[in-house]
Amino acid sequence: MPSTLVEIRELNKKYTLSGGFFNSQKRIIYAVNNINLHIFQGETLGLVGESGCGKSTLARLITRLEKPSSGYVDFKGENIFSYGKEALKSYRRNVQIIFQDTYSSLNPRKSAGSTIKEPLTIHHLGNRKERSEAALEIMAKVGLNSQQAHRYSHEFSGGQRQRIGIARALVLNPELIIADEPVSSLDVSIQAQILNLLKDLKNDYNLTYLFISHDLNVIRFISDRVAVMYLGKIVELASNKDIYDRPLHPYTRMLLAAVPSCDPRRKERMMKINGEAGSENNQGCPFQNRCPYRTDICAGVEPRLEKFDEQSFCACHRAGSI
Amino acid sequence: MNFWETFYKNKLMLSGGGLVLLLLIVSLLAPWLAPYDPGQIDLTHVLASPSMNHLFGTDQLGRDVLSRMIWGARISLKVGFAATGVAVIIGAILGAVSGYYGGWIDSVIMRFVDIMLCFPTFFLILAVIAFLEPSIWNIMIIIGLTGWMGVTRLVRADFISLRERDFVLAARAIGAGDMRIIFLHILPNSMASILVAATLGIAGAILTESALSFLGIGVQPPTPSWGNILTAGKDNIDIAWWLSFYPGLAILITVVGYNLLGEGIRDLLDPRLKK
Repeated sequence: MPSTLVEIRELNKKYTLSGGFFNSQKRIIYAVNNINLHIFQGETLGLVGESGCGKSTLARLITRLEKPSSGYVDFKGENIFSYGKEALKSYRRNVQIIFQDTYSSLNPRKSAGSTIKEPLTIHHLGNRKERSEAALEIMAKVGLNSQQAHRYSHEFSGGQRQRIGIARALVLNPELIIADEPVSSLDVSIQAQILNLLKDLKNDYNLTYLFISHDLNVIRFISDRVAVMYLGKIVELASNKDIYDRPLHPYTRMLLAAVPSCDPRRKERMMKINGEAGSENNQGCPFQNRCPYRTDICAGVEPRLEKFDEQSFCACHRAGSI
Repeated sequence: MNFWETFYKNKLMLSGGGLVLLLLIVSLLAPWLAPYDPGQIDLTHVLASPSMNHLFGTDQLGRDVLSRMIWGARISLKVGFAATGVAVIIGAILGAVSGYYGGWIDSVIMRFVDIMLCFPTFFLILAVIAFLEPSIWNIMIIIGLTGWMGVTRLVRADFISLRERDFVLAARAIGAGDMRIIFLHILPNSMASILVAATLGIAGAILTESALSFLGIGVQPPTPSWGNILTAGKDNIDIAWWLSFYPGLAILITVVGYNLLGEGIRDLLDPRLKK
């Protein structure tokens, strides 16, 4: 059993939407709703779910870019939200994030080289010369050449920009990298290059990934375990193989059915997608209004994420029987 | 597209830039360019009309108007740059803090901006000058202190949109502090609008200085300034038109020059106008 690197306990993040000036009614949105999750040392945990289900919020909570409404994230047994200034700084060295939008994630007024060098400057690592050398080394590692260090981000293609983003995250030699949809804004051939790069880097630097995507093919390619998120909750957590071969939760099945396929034999798995996310009731299963398998119990009692077998967890009353 | 290439294509901006450059050269080279000492009194040639000896004529004390205007260009530029510098520094810092932190800090700063904008600036300056010695330094600082509100609003607007960008989150994730994010990450991205506001602000400051000098509470004689040459011209306008005409023309050209340059930079930096 590998050791736990990150343990997320009862993590909540809610946003309050005011109804406008004349409307005193407030709506509370649970972007992250009571999540419990482990990330093991050295694994790639895939996190999948549709847009707006709270994936990015979870990423920002783990990287402490946002504060939770309640709950804990333990990194090596210590709650990151109780960190003081110094502890936070060393946490920042250990946990880095890669963003989806390659246009907005790089400062347009900074050259590639100075973007990659900056983390070293902030953490006072090495002298000026050593930092430049370290930046060039990382650039070579992610497939950029040294002449490109002086170019600005608008002079690069999307794939190259993402390589700069990866280099920036990697230069501090972190243990955990949160990849928040790192390939979603790239075209398919570049996606493959970046995914292979991330896989290679994982081996070279002993990294742990939390890999967020809405693309099930990408998740399947890169993940060891997969967590499926729906409306701020984890509804299924299982090994890569189990998720794709034996999806337990009806939502997981729905997602898998929506993946375009060229294989005519997969037709029997087709499942109609009903309704839309977001129309949650306060009571019962959050997925009930879209679920073809719902029964009376689903309307009244909310299913908890329960152990199904050795590695699989599922939040469905009818897991295993449908 | 190359910056200079675009610069050359924009005719208005080119002419604005040319005028500004000309003024800069004239004021830098004033001691060599001016044919006479600007303070040299020649009572035998009082109010002489323009001639080959005195291209722009002489004033009521026989001083050469051209020389006085060349030295006056120095004053105008000094006041323009210093006052705008004060305004930009205050405006950029307040706007950055306001836009970056938001919340009550933003409310306080923006209400202060509203209050400042409620005062008719010129009368505020008049009132303050009435209590202070009307030296060139006081004038620079006061024009600056009453002109930062526009910059604050611009910088704040930029910060509000830029602080949501992922590169700010990325900077925080690598451990950058607020000051580093504000001044090294966001502010450089806001330079375009600051530059435009500053260029247009210089024109405004020069105009204000001329007006103050014209009213006799700006730059004090015998130091030459376009504004106080105009004052002398006002008293003799029926017999010596050149005393009012040339300084007036100089102020007009300068203000037009800076405005064209400012507008040009704005067009240049606005991506929506790029072809």
